[in-house]
Amino acid sequence: MTDDELIWRIAGGSGDGIASTSQNFAKALMRAGLHVFTHRHYPSRIRGGHTYTEVRVSADSVTSRGDGYNFLLALGDSFARNPQEDAYYGVEEIKPLSENLDDLDEGGVIVYDTGLLDPDDIPNFDERIDANNWHVYDINLREIAREHGREVMRNTAGVAITCAIADIDPGIIKDMMADAMPDKIFEPNMDVFDDAYETVTSEFDATAPDISVPTGNHDEEQVLVSGSDAIAYGAIDEGCRFISGYPMTPWTEVFTIMSQNLPEIGGVSEQVEDEIAAAALAIGASHAGVKAMSGSSGGGFALMSEPLGLAEMTETPVVLIEAMRAGPSTGMPTKPEQGDLEHVLYTSQGDSHRVVFAPADSEEAYHQTRRAFEIAYEYQIPSIILYDQKNGGELQNIPATVFDEEPNPDLGSTLTEAELEDASHDPSGKYNRFQHAGENGVSPRSLPGQEGGRFLATGNEHMPAGHISEDPDNRVNQVNRRMEKLEAIRDDLETDGQTRNTQYGPSEAQYGILTFGSQQGTVREAIDELDTEGYHVKMLGVSELAPYPVKEVSSFIESVDEVLVVEMNASAQFRGLTQKELGRYGDKLSSLLKYNGNPFEPAEIVDGFINSIVEDRTLNGNETKYIPAASD
Amino acid sequence: MSAFSAIGEEQEHDRSEYTPGLEPQATWCPGCGDFGVLKALKGAAAELGLAPEEMLVCTGIGCSGKLNSYFESYGFHTIHGRSLPVARAAKVANDGLTVVAAGGDGDGYGIGGNHFMHTARENHDMTYIVFNNEIFGLTKGQTSPTSPKGHKSKTQPHGSAKDPIRPLSMALNAGASYVARTAAVNPNQARDIIVEAIEHDGFSHIDFLTQCPTWNKDAKQYVPYIDINDSDEYDVDTTDRSTASQLMFETENALHEGTVLTGRYYVDNNRPSYQQEKKRTGEIPEEPLAEKYFDDEYEWDRVYDTFLDKHK
Repeated sequence: MTDDELIWRIAGGSGDGIASTSQNFAKALMRAGLHVFTHRHYPSRIRGGHTYTEVRVSADSVTSRGDGYNFLLALGDSFARNPQEDAYYGVEEIKPLSENLDDLDEGGVIVYDTGLLDPDDIPNFDERIDANNWHVYDINLREIAREHGREVMRNTAGVAITCAIADIDPGIIKDMMADAMPDKIFEPNMDVFDDAYETVTSEFDATAPDISVPTGNHDEEQVLVSGSDAIAYGAIDEGCRFISGYPMTPWTEVFTIMSQNLPEIGGVSEQVEDEIAAAALAIGASHAGVKAMSGSSGGGFALMSEPLGLAEMTETPVVLIEAMRAGPSTGMPTKPEQGDLEHVLYTSQGDSHRVVFAPADSEEAYHQTRRAFEIAYEYQIPSIILYDQKNGGELQNIPATVFDEEPNPDLGSTLTEAELEDASHDPSGKYNRFQHAGENGVSPRSLPGQEGGRFLATGNEHMPAGHISEDPDNRVNQVNRRMEKLEAIRDDLETDGQTRNTQYGPSEAQYGILTFGSQQGTVREAIDELDTEGYHVKMLGVSELAPYPVKEVSSFIESVDEVLVVEMNASAQFRGLTQKELGRYGDKLSSLLKYNGNPFEPAEIVDGFINSIVEDRTLNGNETKYIPAASD
Repeated sequence: MSAFSAIGEEQEHDRSEYTPGLEPQATWCPGCGDFGVLKALKGAAAELGLAPEEMLVCTGIGCSGKLNSYFESYGFHTIHGRSLPVARAAKVANDGLTVVAAGGDGDGYGIGGNHFMHTARENHDMTYIVFNNEIFGLTKGQTSPTSPKGHKSKTQPHGSAKDPIRPLSMALNAGASYVARTAAVNPNQARDIIVEAIEHDGFSHIDFLTQCPTWNKDAKQYVPYIDINDSDEYDVDTTDRSTASQLMFETENALHEGTVLTGRYYVDNNRPSYQQEKKRTGEIPEEPLAEKYFDDEYEWDRVYDTFLDKHK
């Protein structure tokens, strides 16, 4: 982190308004011309617990949460259990203050609400303050809030104090609040804001910390969007008007965004009994001629395995979303991990195939979701967007023009009734929906209700008109045609002129870092930090997981002496995939892994790289893990 | 103009139109009750004047799953237990279609029981025919959810300790708005019930007794049957939920004591279908969703114009 960056952490209990306050704060600073990036940490419970959101603010573009943080606003946990309740294990209110101290930078700022928090509950608090040169502002936010309005407005008091200390123009925040709040709430919030601002400037030395938010300027209008927003928007712009799902963290976000927006634009959302039904409904809707999607997280996606195979066998286009969280089983529901890679690539019986993209960030999520729909409907194959709790929930500013694209409601390889008239039919009058030969392996489909298009879709192996058949020649023809689609998709992706796999860093470098999906932004910043420290390392961030970009990754690995593969799981699944797909390079690929529930910070990758690749190949600490190359 | 011109006004259709002109020959055993369902469905479709291509017949897995192999229409032979979610989404996507789902008792009351309950609760406008032969047939005679207590099979060698599912009661309690039982041995009643079920606006459940002469009972064991709507012994008011419930309970018990009761048990014409409810709240558009993709005049909303303001 540089001195002119603010990484602001607002901490409280779940239900304390952390998410909305941080979102408004981030948006206000974005409007003021700054770059923002948020990171969420929350437990799997409705009320209370240790939850925080970080807002990183910089004059320059930022692509990760950054390293550490320098400003803590601790509101306390207002939903903490008390001694009267049977399950009580000590003071909980204090956790938003006490549990955030370890990561706070030297010289950082602590603002805490004395209305709820008693520093005597923290062992050696004063000694730690002295040792770290922290600047502490103990202010009764609750009292200020209650005096002018309601207790929940303490968040506004905290933001006002942040403005005073970090040198943020209060007008930016006030304009934002005026937009976001009805007058009745806005006015008391303003009183709270002014009172808190006045309190900190008159009773404390608000200018003491060496922290100030820089000024910035955007060349073009920005929007603050998460990966989940971008996936939903990509689907909408591709003409997706049907979603079916069952709630599961973190996939619920995409499902919710779609459910809120679809009725406005003539679409349908179905919340159903389980994930088997969810996937089956998306297949049913697509079969009847609507662009459709479903999705889940690990456990729910496991239930979709059999419908996924049905979509492949019946060649029904469908897009599924998989939002990874830490597993196995229920794992850590609100914590990010990239451990479902192999699950998503290989689940479902038989020689089953699908297309999988793992976008890095919001911009990629929008474009890759669109591409996933195009491929699904053109090639009649399931496409999957694989992301995780990290990039699903991270808010970042991107130019509004990213979304300045035309909608594409095209149904791909689907015939009209006029086209069906000239198409091939079997003697009974059924349309030969599954012909043995087709351009790129694709045999165009018809839709129920179309005249001249009737056929049988079945998960059994089938003849051209759909009849169930175990005829060996037909079997081989149908399998070969379905497989042919994969090569055609690979060619299509290689030649469509779009960038999904991202090269970053110097063109000539001795070492490389290979990563996939949501880690790309963090690795990118690590590359910059390594460069500053004199290590020239280049990066390849992969978003195409199936079909795997064999040529691109091979030439990247060929161009360096050694490659560190960075991923957020314990069994190096992406490195395994790379070796399987390329069939070699086992001696050039080592792994840096993290699976403790928190995403990598750039400095961890820098340290991991230097310690393992450059130095003595050992890592200290248990935050990250190094696995050496297979045979060196 | 509709892109789906098979969907339309009632027309003259001969039942032979629903018979595929060539292979596949049915794989059902001689004397199988499944032929009775096929015949009744063809008769019902002809009576309703349905064009083969305005029908979508979705099936599960098992002998019953082959219904749409031998019935000429659009068909979707899905996976075990999942015909209902596929079928109901197709109806949501294009409510001009006449959607019929079918499967066996293991498929519908066992592995797919959750979907049965929820599709009934939501009252989707479709017909669900459950081939109830009280056995797993295609996998060679294992005990099924409707097999009577004490039923012996290779997987329950000492006799099943489980009471059988009560399919009619389950449908009623879950929220089906049309519930009937018929039997392969009663082809005219079966056809009439399918006609009514398809015409009904809402979820129609037909528990269809289909003898499995190979693994369970032959047709004779479902005879004589009693039509409760046509019998002096029973005074049936199909709009009265509590007597329907009572009669269903009796019917389910009687079957295992050798008395075959059939007929219409419950018909609720006042409850709006799921499609009607969702249209009322604006969550399903008036025009079928599937038509939009063929409508060159339709203006597709664009994220850039519609949704970005809240992110600025």
